[in-house]
Amino acid sequence: MTPITLSVNGERVTRHVEARRHLVDFLRLDLGLTGSHLGCEHGVCGACTVRVDGEIVRGCLVMAASLDGAVVETIEGITDSGEAAALQAAFVARNAAQCGFCTPGMVMTAADIIRHHPDATRAEIREHLSGNYCRCTGYQAIVDAVEDTLDASR
Amino acid sequence: MNEMSPDSIGLSRADLPNSYIGRSVPRPNAAKLVQGRATYTDDITLPRMLHAAFLRSPHPHARFTVRGVEAARQVPGVVRVFTGADLADACTPWVATLEHLKGMKSAPQRPLPLDRATWQGEAVAAVLADTRAAAEDGVAALEVEWEPLPAQTDMETALEPGAVVIHPELGDNLVFRRTAIHGDVEAAFATAHRVVEARFVTGRHTGVTLEGRSILADFNRAEGTLTVHHATQAPHMIQEVLAQHLGLPPHKVRVVCKDVGGSFGIKVHVYPDEVAVAAMSVLLGRPVKFVADRFESFSSDIHARDHRIAARIAVAQDGTIIGFDVDDLTGIGPYSVYPRTSAVEGNQVVNLCGGPYRFDHYRCTTTVVLQNKAPTCQYRAVGHPIATAVTEGLVDLAAEALGMDPVAIRRKNLIADDAYPTTSPAGMRFEGLSHQASLAKLLEMVPVERLRADQAEARKRGVHRGLGFASFIELTNPSPFMYGIGGARISAQDGCTVRMDPDGSIVAASGVTEQGQGTEAILAQIVAHGVGVPVERVRVVTGDTLATPYGGGTWACRGAGIGGEAALQGALALKAQILEVAGAMLQARPDALDVVMGEVVDRATGTPRMALGELGRILYFRGDTLPKELPRELVQTRHFITKEFPFAFTNGIQASWVEVDPDTGMVKLLEHWCVEDCGRVINPLLVDEQVKGGIVQGIGGALYEHCVYDEQGNLLTTTMADYLVPMAAEMPEMHVGHVETPTRESLLGAKGAGEAGTAGAPAAIMNAINDALRPLGARVTEQPFTPARILAALGRI
Repeated sequence: MTPITLSVNGERVTRHVEARRHLVDFLRLDLGLTGSHLGCEHGVCGACTVRVDGEIVRGCLVMAASLDGAVVETIEGITDSGEAAALQAAFVARNAAQCGFCTPGMVMTAADIIRHHPDATRAEIREHLSGNYCRCTGYQAIVDAVEDTLDASR
Repeated sequence: MNEMSPDSIGLSRADLPNSYIGRSVPRPNAAKLVQGRATYTDDITLPRMLHAAFLRSPHPHARFTVRGVEAARQVPGVVRVFTGADLADACTPWVATLEHLKGMKSAPQRPLPLDRATWQGEAVAAVLADTRAAAEDGVAALEVEWEPLPAQTDMETALEPGAVVIHPELGDNLVFRRTAIHGDVEAAFATAHRVVEARFVTGRHTGVTLEGRSILADFNRAEGTLTVHHATQAPHMIQEVLAQHLGLPPHKVRVVCKDVGGSFGIKVHVYPDEVAVAAMSVLLGRPVKFVADRFESFSSDIHARDHRIAARIAVAQDGTIIGFDVDDLTGIGPYSVYPRTSAVEGNQVVNLCGGPYRFDHYRCTTTVVLQNKAPTCQYRAVGHPIATAVTEGLVDLAAEALGMDPVAIRRKNLIADDAYPTTSPAGMRFEGLSHQASLAKLLEMVPVERLRADQAEARKRGVHRGLGFASFIELTNPSPFMYGIGGARISAQDGCTVRMDPDGSIVAASGVTEQGQGTEAILAQIVAHGVGVPVERVRVVTGDTLATPYGGGTWACRGAGIGGEAALQGALALKAQILEVAGAMLQARPDALDVVMGEVVDRATGTPRMALGELGRILYFRGDTLPKELPRELVQTRHFITKEFPFAFTNGIQASWVEVDPDTGMVKLLEHWCVEDCGRVINPLLVDEQVKGGIVQGIGGALYEHCVYDEQGNLLTTTMADYLVPMAAEMPEMHVGHVETPTRESLLGAKGAGEAGTAGAPAAIMNAINDALRPLGARVTEQPFTPARILAALGRI
């Protein structure tokens, strides 16, 4: 067991973790933050997308033991801070979520577009979202929601 | 109540400004989804909960003996190991056949097999531990003696002499065969102007719900109750099955499904590993959780659409379709899947081929055989994409042979909009469809002339673009003719209880379920409209067998049409009760009053008389002030079942505009259109989203998704890196239009919308690709249309 102390959604957290514990299992099982989901555990589907030290990562490919001193933000964090509020409102308005399982990861990636690529075109939004699988929507409404959010902020 | 009509209760288009029916109200449950606050089964943790991990067969067919149970039990955290023998007394085996599918046979299946595995990925032993990781450590410590057996993997040889008979007691590998005949195919084809034939293949693929199959079973020995938190589409069906096979009274089994992370038909079946979880919970008296990981999903979720079809069409010189002659073969794995059976997909191909067209001669046979691959069963748009690809592929080939425009041949042969009711050559009864109006609407949306000009111009530059069309029919609102008459305890009716609480808010509990389609949203709209309250004042309860009326759940596009009508009837009945109480309180005749946006008003003038919160306060807390004989119930339950037609068919047409690169074989999707007629549209936003999502799942099957097995029966596509699904960058912009032909079976008039996109998209794409390839002398009819297959068709590889 490895002791780690890190910041999760602005709160300091100290735990002992097994070497094989990945970040999303750590969030879900050790901290009760069930908003991050596991869709494949191969780093393909993006349902586990969270932010580590300001950059989005595949939470299933990051080992918790490597995160001593890290700053982790999850869907719960960017919801409570209000950072994702406009994006979330656009997702609701466009019905850019059906079953919702991919949605927290999708919102994390969309928030990354808002932060880092405020001038993204529709094609660039699609490209940026391509690491996040959605089986329900066909993506168009998600692209619409991100585009609406960017338009409103421009 | 009898004089009530859609117009009298404000469902007509003219009422739209004052109605929730037909309005794009946002889903009330969307906020929790975008905030990560939903409750999926894996989000639930119970005291003393154990986690299950399964040892799965690495062989497509093998005898086995499980050893090393003691070694597994020594692994830290491991509590118990279960083999098939350990569960044999706790759970009776099942045989997945339906009586109305004449001659159907399948073998008994157990939660864990006793000594023989019949597909790669079949669970053969379970380890329970205090964490999933420890349970997997326990599985690794098990030792299994495997004795590999010859495997029957090729469906084409499954019935030949020398085939491996997977269940010797059945005598052969034939599960089901049915032929539908209408007219005289041999004579008609012999004398037809042209007969065109082709061989179609649809690739075995699967649903890839992003949330894996999930179950948390909790047996309480003190109460004798089994509570099952389950990612399922059909809670009452699961309740029946678990009660029957675990030997529990049904009323002691409660199935709860909160949020479900995608279903698409994958989560409407009974999976042996999930039954094993329930059985183990009963044996231990502790909660047991199992969530399929992605490898387990690919190798043990149901697959679908593994068909090869030899088919021909006969046409007259003027393009009139004379007949279809179709021979379908499908391999379904080693067992028919319980309780809906794996013969239904092939049966649907027989029911649906040629569906949109008027013709006189029909012959279609489906042959359903066993094989040593993962079991197949009903997945979104069951059989429809197959039948549509065959039908529309043949229609395009006929047009090509006759030198006809693909739109012209469709316009000539699509059933006329004034021909209803009518019965198809396959025996399907159509109450009212709108093929011609849908085609006309599509042609308003698709700029055909501009695209054809662009196509011609692009060809000069060596760029190959194609436009493809596909008409389709879709089976929705199933009656007991789907499963009930075959002996399956699957409800075709559904109920809704609508009540008013003291504050004037409304709670509606429904037997249909939500997996993201927006079921709860449309139920809230319908109830808000029916009672006369703001939609925000309606709370909907679904997914709990103890708390909702008995029903079938959500599958085969029945949520809106069946569940929605029950909700409407319940809401209208509650409104009548509210008006009776209001009449007593206000000294007015109930029929002189109305309920509008949460207030009792004078019907004639709209003048507000009393808020529902005040009515509720008096009724519930000051009942002493009311007349003694006044009924006090503000709750009504209504159930609905379709009675006139076995199914409410819908229809539509799609168009796909693609670009094919003859050097790489890559298909670029440029744009996609769909017009569909799901009857009364309750929420246009949600219907459009169902259609778009369905189109993209159809695109997946057409271009990317494929469960690939090698000749030995090894599944080669077991990760999301190997099994491709549509991603945002490759998907086209989609346009959805509507024609509304409400069903007269219900006041609401709604039919299903969830499968239209998937039904038509593969055929439209196939026809578009072949339109692009035509000048190059190439054609593809084998899905998925991968670059390799397109290059092979071009003779490039």
